[in-house]
Amino acid sequence: MDLRFLDETPTDTEREAVDSVLGPPESGWDGGTRLDTDLRYARGGHTARDRRDLLLPALHAVNDRVGWISPGALDHVCRRLTVPPAEAYAVASFYAMFALQERPRRVVHLCTDIACAAKGSGPLRDRLAERHGPPGGHDGDVTWHESPCLGMCERAPAALAIEAGPRPRSAVAAPATPGAIDTLAAASPEPAANGHSNGRANGVPAHGPGTADRDLPAAPTTFDDVPLPGTDPEPAPADAVPDAGSPDHVLLRRIGRVDPLSLDDYRAEGGYLALREALRLGPAGVIREVSDSGLVGRGGAAFPTGRKWQATASQPDGPHYLVCNADESEPGTFKDRVIMEGDPFSLIEAMTIAGYAIGAHTGYLYIRGEYPRALRHLENAITVARERDLLGDDVLGSGFSFDIEIRRGAGAYICGEETAIFGSIEGERGEPRTKPPFPVEKGLFGKPTAVNNVETLVNVLPILLMGGPAYAAVGTEGSTGPKLFCLSGGVRRPGLYELPFGATLRDLIEAAGGMPEGRSIQAVLLGGAAGAFVRGDELDIPLTFEGARAAGTTLGSGVVLVLDDTADLVATLVRVAAFFRDESCGQCVPCRVGTVRQEESLLRISRGGDPASEVALLREVGQAMRDASICGLGQTAWNAVESAVDRLGLFDAPGAPARERTP
Amino acid sequence: MTVLVHLAPPKRLIDATIDGEEVRVPEGTTVLDACAASGTEIPTLCYGDTLTPRNACRVCVVEVEGARTLAPACSRKLEPGMSVNTDSERVRHSRKLVLELLGSSVDLSTTPKVPEWMERYEAEPDRFGPRSEPAPLGERDARRAGEHEAGDGSVAATVEQPPKIDNDLYVRDYSKCIMCYKCVDACGDQWQNSFAIGVAGRGFDARISTEHDAPLTDSACVYCGNCIEVCPTGALSFATEFDMRQAGTWDEEAQTETTTICTYCGVGCNLTLHVQENEIVKVTSPHDNPVTHGNLCIKGRFGFQHVQRRGGGGERGAERGPL
Repeated sequence: MDLRFLDETPTDTEREAVDSVLGPPESGWDGGTRLDTDLRYARGGHTARDRRDLLLPALHAVNDRVGWISPGALDHVCRRLTVPPAEAYAVASFYAMFALQERPRRVVHLCTDIACAAKGSGPLRDRLAERHGPPGGHDGDVTWHESPCLGMCERAPAALAIEAGPRPRSAVAAPATPGAIDTLAAASPEPAANGHSNGRANGVPAHGPGTADRDLPAAPTTFDDVPLPGTDPEPAPADAVPDAGSPDHVLLRRIGRVDPLSLDDYRAEGGYLALREALRLGPAGVIREVSDSGLVGRGGAAFPTGRKWQATASQPDGPHYLVCNADESEPGTFKDRVIMEGDPFSLIEAMTIAGYAIGAHTGYLYIRGEYPRALRHLENAITVARERDLLGDDVLGSGFSFDIEIRRGAGAYICGEETAIFGSIEGERGEPRTKPPFPVEKGLFGKPTAVNNVETLVNVLPILLMGGPAYAAVGTEGSTGPKLFCLSGGVRRPGLYELPFGATLRDLIEAAGGMPEGRSIQAVLLGGAAGAFVRGDELDIPLTFEGARAAGTTLGSGVVLVLDDTADLVATLVRVAAFFRDESCGQCVPCRVGTVRQEESLLRISRGGDPASEVALLREVGQAMRDASICGLGQTAWNAVESAVDRLGLFDAPGAPARERTP
Repeated sequence: MTVLVHLAPPKRLIDATIDGEEVRVPEGTTVLDACAASGTEIPTLCYGDTLTPRNACRVCVVEVEGARTLAPACSRKLEPGMSVNTDSERVRHSRKLVLELLGSSVDLSTTPKVPEWMERYEAEPDRFGPRSEPAPLGERDARRAGEHEAGDGSVAATVEQPPKIDNDLYVRDYSKCIMCYKCVDACGDQWQNSFAIGVAGRGFDARISTEHDAPLTDSACVYCGNCIEVCPTGALSFATEFDMRQAGTWDEEAQTETTTICTYCGVGCNLTLHVQENEIVKVTSPHDNPVTHGNLCIKGRFGFQHVQRRGGGGERGAERGPL
C-alpha cells in the first residue's frame, strides 16, 4: 500500500512504546531505519496489512506511555502496521480515553452517571472545575473529564485516575470524598511532566519484564500494581459483595475466599474441575449440557447460550473464534468487574471450555479501558495459566490448543455491542454491523464467532459440575440458574447480590437492608440506561426474564438502581439522554441525531418547557430510533425516558394517577 | 479450438411479497433492487450504485413482516416467503423522522429530491426549534469523543460550519454532510485506494476528516474527485460549481451534458462534460461505463481548463492556475 504521511517524527519514547507491543521493525518499510537493501524489494500486500488488529494495542501503548497520541506517534504506528494515517486517526478519535492533543500525564475520570449523581458527584465536579478549570484542559499537571458509569456504583460516587508513564499507574476514589478527589488530582512528584518532550529520559518499554526496579509480580502487567502515590488503596474486590462467603453462592462462591492472583487457591476451591469434565464430555457433550441447562445470555439480550454455541460449532468455515465481552459499560452494571477482579481464573477456565465447545483456538477477552485492576488480575491469570499448561498448545495434556488474547477498550460503550466489538478488536472503528449475517456465521475477522458476556461464561462452570438438568432445576422454568444483580442507589447496603432466579424486586431490596429510615422508593431503574423504570409500588415484579417481560420491563444486564424520594428524576433522564448522545457511534441518522434531539427536548422540559408538547415530540423521535436504528443502542435509547413518561407518569398533570405502560 | 466459457451457476428464483404483490426474483436480490424492477420508488441517500451499502441513513427502511425492527431496503436481501411492506405507517414514520432529523441538523439545500420526499412524508424539520449558530472552522474537528456541551435545548444543534477551501479544484462544505460514508468508501478500498479521509470522532460530532484535520494538500488526496462523484448532497463540489453557486450563476437547467472520451491517455474513460454558457463547469463519468464505473483521475476530472482557453485573458480557466 502506498501510504502518505505528514512530515512528523515520533520521539524515541513514543517509538519504544510502540515497538514494545509490536516488536522491533523489520526494515525501513515498516518504520525502521531505511537501508539501501530496502530499496531492492517491496513489502506490501496482506503480509504487511494483516496485523491491523494490533492498532488498538499500539495506540494504547503510546497513550499509556506519554499520555496522548501525537501526530508523530500516530504516523509511526501507521508505518509499523501499514495503516493509512486517516484511518488510524479515525480509530483513535473514536475513543474517549485517547487524546490527540497534548495533555498532562494524569487524567482524572469523575463518574457523573446516574448512580454517582444520586450520591453526590455534582459537588465533586464543581470542586474539580474550580481547581483545575473546565474538563479536558491541556495545561497544568492534571486534567479531568466527566465520565460515564465507571462500574463502581456500589460505592458511589466514584473517580478513577490514570497516569501515563513507563508503567502506567491508576488509583480510584470510591466513595470519593473531596479530600480523596484532591489526592487523585494532585500533581505527580516525578520529574518529566510530559515524556513526549523528554526523549530517552523515561525510555523504558511500557510492557515487558524489567520495567520496574523493585520485585516484579508473578507476571508483568500493563498497569503497575502500586497505586498512585498518596492515594488510598482500593478496597478488596469482595467488598462489593455484602454477603460474601454465603454458602448459597454459586457464581460468587470464591469471591473473598481466594487470592485472585493465586492459581493454587483457585484449584483448592474447585478450580479447573469443570474443564476436566468438559474434556471428558467432548465438545458436543459440553454443548448438550449447556443446552439442557437452559442458560441464556446475561449481557442483556438473553439469547440461549447452547443454541449460539451449537450454531458456531457447526459452521464449516474456519477458524472459529470466541469473544468474551467484558466491555461492561451499561450504567449501573459492575458484576463482571467483581468477577474479573475477585475470581479471574474462573473466567479463564470458562473461556477455555467455551473455546473447546465451539472449536475455537483463540479467544479474545475484550475488557473496558476503565478497569485497570480487573485487567491486571486477568493478565496475571492468563500468564500463570499458560505456565501451567492450562492455556497453550496442549491444554491439560488433552491435545486441545487454546489461548486467550486480551484487548482493552478505550472508553466507548458501543464496543460492548456484539458486532461493534469485532470492529474494535480488528483495529477499525467500533461501529455495529448490520445483521444478518449474524456473528455465528460471519463474526470476528469475518469468521464464525461466539460472543459471550462474562457472567454467562462463568455460569458454564457450575453447569458442568452439577450437570445441565440439575442446573435447570435452579430458578424458574423460563429463567434457570443463579443471577447476579447490581444493586445501587438509595438502599442501605448496595452491592453485588447473587440470587436464584425467582426472587422478587422486594426480596432483593430487603436483602440489601431495605431503605434507610425515612426514605421511600420513588422509582427503580431496571436494566441500566437501556432498561426501564418501574414505580416504587411495583416491588412484587419477579426478577426473571419472563416475569420482567410480563410486567412490561426488562432485566437487561441485572441493574437494579433504586432512586429514593430525594432523587431528581428529570435530571436523571437528562443524564440518560446525555449518555446516549455521547455514546452513539454516529453511524445511523436516527440514533446520531435522534439522541441529540431527545436530550434537547428533555433539557427544555427541565427548564420549564411544556411537557405535553415535548412528550409528543420525544415519542415520535423515540419510535424512529427504536424502529430504524442499526443496533441496540439506538433501539433502546428511548426506553428509560418512555418508561418514565408512561409508567411513572413523570410529566402527567399534578394529581393525575400514574398510568400503566401501554404495550 | 474449443474455448471454455465459465458461467456462473444459474441463480435460484425465489418468491416473496412486496406490498401485497407476489414477486419472483433471483436469489440475492435486495429489496431495493426488487422494488426498482417493479417500479416502487424508495428514497435513498447513502446508497450508491457503485458502492457497497453502508446502511447509514435509514431513509430507505422497509417493514419486514415478523421482524422487530425495520430493515434497510438497500442491503436486505429478499428471502423465500418474505413479506415486505414499503409504505406502512411505521415505515412512513421513520422516513419522516429521518428526513426531519437530517433537515434540522444539515443543510440539505443542494440535495436532489429532498423537497419532494419532505412533502410526501409530511416532514417538518423546523419543529425542533431554531438552528444553532454555525461552529467556527476547526471547532467541530477538535471535539473529543464521549463528551459534549449540553446547551439548554433552546436551539437545535447542527453540523454547520464554514466550507473548507484548501485547494483549487474542489470544496468541502461539511455543513451539507449527512455522513453517508460514500466519499470514504470511494477514496478507500472500494475504488481509489488512496485512503485520504476517514470518519473521525463519534456520535453527533462524527465528521469526515483527514488525519489531524490536515489540509487536503498535505493529505494522501490525489484529486481524482471520485468522492465528489458519489456525494449525494453537494457537500463535495467542484470549485467551479461552488463559486458559481456563491455568485448565483449556477443554473442546472441551462446545462447540457455531453459524454465523450478522455484524451489524456489510452485507457478510454468516458467523460460527461457539463456545459453552461459554452463553458465546462463540471465533469462526471457514467456509472454504468465499464471502464470507469463513474471514476476518473485528476486529469479527466479537473483537466478541462485548457479546452476553454480561447486566447483572451481574464477567463476563468486562466485564473485557475496550471491545470
